[in-house]
Amino acid sequence: MNDFTPIPALIGGALIGTAASLVLLTHGKVAGISGIYGGVLRRGTSDRGFRIAFVAGLVFSGAILRAFFPGVFATAWSPAMPLALIAGLLVGFGTQLGNGCTSGHGVCGISRLSVRSLIATAMFMVAGVATVFVARHVIGGGT
Amino acid sequence: MKSHLAAFGAGSLFAVGLAISGMTKPSKVIGFLDAAGAWDPSLGLVMAAALTVSFIAYRLIRRRASPLFDAKFHLPTRKDIDWRLVVGAALFGVGWGLGGFCPGPGLVAAGGGSAGALVFLVGMTGGMLVEQAVARRIAHRPHELRSAKATERTWKRGAEPEQARSGVVGDLDKHFGEQP
Repeated sequence: MNDFTPIPALIGGALIGTAASLVLLTHGKVAGISGIYGGVLRRGTSDRGFRIAFVAGLVFSGAILRAFFPGVFATAWSPAMPLALIAGLLVGFGTQLGNGCTSGHGVCGISRLSVRSLIATAMFMVAGVATVFVARHVIGGGT
Repeated sequence: MKSHLAAFGAGSLFAVGLAISGMTKPSKVIGFLDAAGAWDPSLGLVMAAALTVSFIAYRLIRRRASPLFDAKFHLPTRKDIDWRLVVGAALFGVGWGLGGFCPGPGLVAAGGGSAGALVFLVGMTGGMLVEQAVARRIAHRPHELRSAKATERTWKRGAEPEQARSGVVGDLDKHFGEQP
C-alpha cells in the first residue's frame, strides 16, 4: 500500500458531503461541479450568479490554501503539460456529454439512488483504472 | 446576495474537503486508480464518507417544502440510460486517469496556481465548449425555423457592440463638454 491516509480521507469526505448537502439545502440543486462550471460557460443560463459564486468559492479557496497550506498541492506525481491538456479536453467533453463527474454522479447522484449516476460512476471508475493500468504498467513500465 | 454568499461558502467548504482528503493531489487520485500497483484506497473512503453524509442529509432536506433561497427544488429527473451517458462517463474516466484531476480538484488546484492544473483547466474549458457547440448544432439541425431564429439572434448580437460604442462616445462627448 502506498501512502494510505484514512483519517484525512474520512474527514475531507464528510466535509465534501456537507458542502453538497448545503447546496441542496440553500439552492435546492445538485452540487455537480462539471454541471455548475459548464453552466457558467453556456450563454443564457438563468442561475448564473449561483454558479459563478460556487466556482469562485472553489478557486478562491485554492488560492488561500496555496498561501497557508501549500502542502495540499505538493505532489509525488503530476501530469506533463501536453498530458494535462489532453486530460482536460477529455474531462471537459466527457462530463458535458455524460452530464456529470465525480461530484454530480459519484456523490450527489448515488446518494439520490439514481441509476444513471450509478452506471456513470461505474463507467468512469472502470475507464480510469484501465487508463492508469495502460499508462503505468503497459506503456510506463510500472513507474 | 445572501444566496450568493451561501453558494460561495459551499464552494469553499467543498474545496477544503478536497484539500484535506488529499484529492487536490493528482498522485492520490492516480494511486487509487492504480489497482495493479501500490493501491491507495483513500479516494474510496473519501467517497464513502461524502456519500454517508449526503445520503442522510438528502433525505432530511427533501422533507422541506422548498430550499432556503428558492421556491422549489431543482433535481435531475432523467431515468433513461443513453449512449451519451455511457460514452461521456468513459471519456471522462480516461481523462481522469491520464491527468489525475476531475473538475472540482482541477478548479481548486488551478486557483492554487499549480501549472499542471491551469493547463488542465484550459483543456477542460475547451472540451466543455466543444461539447456544448456540438450539442447545439445537433439540436438545431432538424428545426430550420429555430436556426433562422438563431441567425436573427446573431444579427442582433452583431448590432449590440455598435450601440454600446455609440453609448460610450455619447458619454465621452458629455464628459468633454463639461470641460472648461
